[in-house]
Amino acid sequence: MPNYSPPDKTDAKGVWIFGDGTPADYPVRKSSSKLISRKRRKALMPWLFISPYLILFGLFTAFPLGFSIFLSFQEWNPVSGLSGMKFVGFENYISAYDDPWLWKSLYNTVWLAVASGVPQHLIAIPIAYLLVMALKSGLRHIYTATMFIPFITSTIAVSLIFYSIYSTQSGILNQWLLLAADAPLIGWMFAWVHDVMPLRWLGSSSLIKPAIAFVVVWKYTGFNIVIYSAGFLTVSKELYDAAKVDGCNGWQQFWHVALPMIRPFVFFALTLTIIGNLQLFEEPYVLTAGNSGGVSQSGLTASYYLYLVGWEWLEMGAAAAISWMLFLFIAIVTSLHFYFNGRKGLEGNR
Amino acid sequence: MKKILLAAATSVAMIASSAMAGDVRLDGFPDFNSHLDKLIPSFAEKNPDIKITYQMNNHGDHHKKLTTNLATGSGAGDVVIVDVGFIGSFINAGGFENLSGSAYGADAMSGEFVGYAWNQGKGSDGNQYGVPIDIGPGVMYYRRDILDSVGGEIDGVIKDWDSYIEYGKKLKAKKVFLIADAADVAKAIILTTVKPGEGYFFDNDGNSLITSQRFVDAFDVAKRIRDEGLDGQIGAWTNEWYDGFKQGTVATQLSGAWLLGHLQNWMAPDTKGKWGASNLPDGIFGSWGGSFLAIPKQAKNKKEAWEFIKFLTSTSEAQIAGLKNIGSFPVLKATYSDAAFDEPIEFLAGQKARQLFAQVAEKVPAVAPKKGDLIAEDVVFRGALLEVLNDGKDIMAALKDAERLIKRRVK
Repeated sequence: MPNYSPPDKTDAKGVWIFGDGTPADYPVRKSSSKLISRKRRKALMPWLFISPYLILFGLFTAFPLGFSIFLSFQEWNPVSGLSGMKFVGFENYISAYDDPWLWKSLYNTVWLAVASGVPQHLIAIPIAYLLVMALKSGLRHIYTATMFIPFITSTIAVSLIFYSIYSTQSGILNQWLLLAADAPLIGWMFAWVHDVMPLRWLGSSSLIKPAIAFVVVWKYTGFNIVIYSAGFLTVSKELYDAAKVDGCNGWQQFWHVALPMIRPFVFFALTLTIIGNLQLFEEPYVLTAGNSGGVSQSGLTASYYLYLVGWEWLEMGAAAAISWMLFLFIAIVTSLHFYFNGRKGLEGNR
Repeated sequence: MKKILLAAATSVAMIASSAMAGDVRLDGFPDFNSHLDKLIPSFAEKNPDIKITYQMNNHGDHHKKLTTNLATGSGAGDVVIVDVGFIGSFINAGGFENLSGSAYGADAMSGEFVGYAWNQGKGSDGNQYGVPIDIGPGVMYYRRDILDSVGGEIDGVIKDWDSYIEYGKKLKAKKVFLIADAADVAKAIILTTVKPGEGYFFDNDGNSLITSQRFVDAFDVAKRIRDEGLDGQIGAWTNEWYDGFKQGTVATQLSGAWLLGHLQNWMAPDTKGKWGASNLPDGIFGSWGGSFLAIPKQAKNKKEAWEFIKFLTSTSEAQIAGLKNIGSFPVLKATYSDAAFDEPIEFLAGQKARQLFAQVAEKVPAVAPKKGDLIAEDVVFRGALLEVLNDGKDIMAALKDAERLIKRRVK
């Protein structure tokens, strides 16, 4: 509130003087400072409203991010407390550079990203197309929802189930293969089974990666089907009609009309797959039973390795350095993807 | 699973009740809670002004939580349980109280404990940071019925590794595996034939030992077993493992004494009376597992915590109770003359096996844990060893690769 009390005296020019004439006593100043604070308050209001998010973001995202940069230049066994940190410069990055397990894990990560990423889309796109073209919406929703279930199921639970499916002696997969090999009509197709049994899906270095990739495909294809169904629904019926008039058959409608139209959706789904697959952790962790990536570390992914270095070997500084190298790697791959597919993907040819 | 849920529920209850002066909280992992539930009343009788609570998490989570607690200097209990696998990395990092100090005087107790276990709780500065609470004397469990079926006798089988492998060849004709996983043999040899003054993987100056003869020999025996097709290539704690014990398709298992409790309680209760326990082959003595108690520097009630540690580890009452409650083998030597050690064990066809366990415990050589043990164990046992056994990699090449990685990570 401005001060409207009468002035204590006036000076020669008739200007009001308050108190002993020091600036603090002037009502004008007082009121103007309050005015500013009201303005400021107005400006601050939105910040106050979003502050819960900002505080959480700062505490749990921005600070750890900055801290992990700092940490990557330290040697730190967390058990020794915060005072146990020792500055080592770039040593963590340098020793990561020729760490055989890191390179092995990066190779595995890329292998798994491709082997579990590509099939997801090759399966999801045709299925989504068929769902959209052939089914009424009610039935389509039921199918999409069913295929979405693996995605919302806990990864640990899924991986544990597959762990028993892959089990060498008692696993249902090997049992089925044996059954198929002895079956009368199809037996010839599975004749090789008896020669290779027992197949150690999770116990041999050559089978463990395909076994992990299959779980990932099983779990995430449904998610992509939902994205692609939404994509195909946006394609206008008139385009198909026009194509039909021009004499396109079903395949040509799919290949030349529908597919180019959903490019932005493909781009979006691919981006999510790339980022997600390069961070695979739970599936390999559970399927190798926490055994440091299994035989020959062929199931050791980069995320798994940095967990191993940080939490099992208690080398937090080295783990932080590895995590930044992984970040850099994902950033490069994603930006390559954006560069080559982005323009077409985002703008589309519609 | 039930136990984990129970532990989770208890820990929530424990967090809810706030700590007071004189309260001691013990952080650990199941099945210690079943043991503590029975012991705490007896401790409370003698120490009415100390209130004991506990917080249990499963084994892996407990050690991760403890790591975070020590890193940030807050949140740890007044007493913490540390598994032997982590003790080397934990006690040399400076987060625990020096129990050799005058406030505790742990050194005076050293003679009462099994020597090797006591020494494992020592830091590289020679001071005591952890007090052992239980140990896992290494033995070989074997199926008596399978041994009889080939007309063998146990002393002949365990004479040396050659005789052990011979036994395996006889079993192969009957489609029975000598052992679930040949890797266990290599691990046993590596961890039990350590030269005096050496660590498991490093010498006293921190140099890697893993290309030494001990490792080469160990890998070699395991590889012979694998290449002859004598092992089931069955990993521990898998369904196949339990099946092997139930169906009698696996004849022996090298393990800590504690496996007995698992076998008779849930893994293969129907095979009661068919089992026996013997020394490890080739006259080696070793241990599988074991736990320690320590006081974090951040603990609030250290004096009371120390009283409770002394009660748990150095009274016969608590140590024998551990054996009876959860099958954890006593580390206090005075208990070995207890009547409980003369009890015949029905599951082992009436064998007085606890006497064997006690004899083994006193013969296990002391090996001091070293800083890089956690890394080396991973790289050697889960890396090099499996590459040699499963992928046929050359032994020396695998060990050299492992050493290169270890040198990179252990400074």
